[in-house]
Amino acid sequence: MSYSVKVLDHYENPRNVGSFGKEEEGVATGMVGAPACGDVMKLQIKVGKGGVIEDAKFKTYGCGSAIASSSLVTEWVKGKTIDQALDIKNTQIADELALPPVKIHCSILAEDAIKAAVADYKKKHSEQVSA
Amino acid sequence: MLKLPIYLDYSATTPVDPRVAEKMIPYLVEKFGNPASRSHSFGWEAEAAVEEAREEVARLVNADTKEIVWTSGATESNNLALKGAAQFYAGKGKHLVTVKTEHKAVLDTCRELERQGFEVSYLDVRDDGLLDLDMFQAALRPDTIVVSVMLVNNEIGVIQPIAEIGEICRARGILFHVDAAQATGKVAIDLAALKVDLMSFSAHKTYGPKGIGALYVRRKPRVRLNAQMHGGGHERGFRSGTLPTHQIVGMGEAFRLARLEMGAENERIRMLRDRLLKGLSDIEHVYVNGDMERRVPHNLNISFAYVEGESLLMAIKDLAVSSGSACTSASLEPSYVLRALGREDELAHSSIRFTLGRFTSVGGHRLCDQAPARQDWPLARTLAAVGNGAGRC
Repeated sequence: MSYSVKVLDHYENPRNVGSFGKEEEGVATGMVGAPACGDVMKLQIKVGKGGVIEDAKFKTYGCGSAIASSSLVTEWVKGKTIDQALDIKNTQIADELALPPVKIHCSILAEDAIKAAVADYKKKHSEQVSA
Repeated sequence: MLKLPIYLDYSATTPVDPRVAEKMIPYLVEKFGNPASRSHSFGWEAEAAVEEAREEVARLVNADTKEIVWTSGATESNNLALKGAAQFYAGKGKHLVTVKTEHKAVLDTCRELERQGFEVSYLDVRDDGLLDLDMFQAALRPDTIVVSVMLVNNEIGVIQPIAEIGEICRARGILFHVDAAQATGKVAIDLAALKVDLMSFSAHKTYGPKGIGALYVRRKPRVRLNAQMHGGGHERGFRSGTLPTHQIVGMGEAFRLARLEMGAENERIRMLRDRLLKGLSDIEHVYVNGDMERRVPHNLNISFAYVEGESLLMAIKDLAVSSGSACTSASLEPSYVLRALGREDELAHSSIRFTLGRFTSVGGHRLCDQAPARQDWPLARTLAAVGNGAGRC
């Protein structure tokens, strides 16, 4: 089975690869997956005023579909509020990239990465509020 | 014109040698007779062709023609050997011994035998992929009836010590089965000397057609099997079913060519393999999987740390190779063979199997005019360079 044009595009020209400094204001990190499964995704979001995600970066160890899924979500979450970002579903990612059934887990992992990053932000944020 | 990738996946399958295909064609249209037809020349002609091919298969492995049984391939041969022997000798014992790095055709057959009430020991290998003989001996029991160990591993190309294993089995009256699907035409096999009782062969790994194989069944001392396919009593009752004459003719010719050309071919392939390895060795964090000495020259299985195998394959799309990463399978498990070697998950997921063969050649220029997708990767650069040495032109 061959890869879709969109998967190839994200694989060959990944968007927003890299990381933010951990101390940077509003940065939260979601790390999901396991080396044993062959997929590890790190998604970082930088949240500004009003809970809007101003920027996002990723690093992924995994197959082309995993790289494409995480690259795609960095584009999608930008400009959304953290609550809007939580509405992104794995089925939307899979549809956009035309992932075959054996690669659906890549889109699930990308959705999980968003949830993990937002959870990390909320945890840090609530700590700051209570402090 | 569409350019095909360079084929370095000979352990998956090989192209049919044009000389083999040529020899097969007349047996489809003109010489179409059923080899079992005794009453006319169509049948006699087909039967003669089948027996000539049987002679060639027997000669490659120094066996008697009466010891060769045609099957549909190595999977069927493994099924017939293990189920057939276990069921026939069930009165003697119920224990079988095999190895964790065997092909699924052996492992799954053993699982089925467990469901039928047999017990199977699946032995570990050392980190070089080879079976430890002391550990093997310790696993044998008074009720062990069958041992199955492959000759050449399909993923990492290592050659198991079957001569020594055979001696141990024969001394204890245990039947010894060897899956030789990846071995024919790559290592010399002398069944007159080896203490092997059953051996599985495949045509399509040795430049013959898919869908045909054989099982060697020793006559002295005589090995008996329960048939798994019942019908017209073909192949002395071992395997019923009309013989596919054209396939058999193809396998015979493929094995004849293997016998004649193996020596020179292996030397040439070793030279290509060494060139490929030299190029890849310049990259940091590259690990060869499996022993380099006790190994066929056709196989190079390498882990590239920190890069997942399948995504690596996307970057070198000008090469047709296999990855030990199973990201495409539902299980997400990396290669069970590499895990049996003790490779950590990340390295097992990062492995690529390069397998070279008869039509891999020096002087290929096809990679040079196809820029690899990611030229910034050291691997892509190296493969572009070695492409000169491993192109199929």
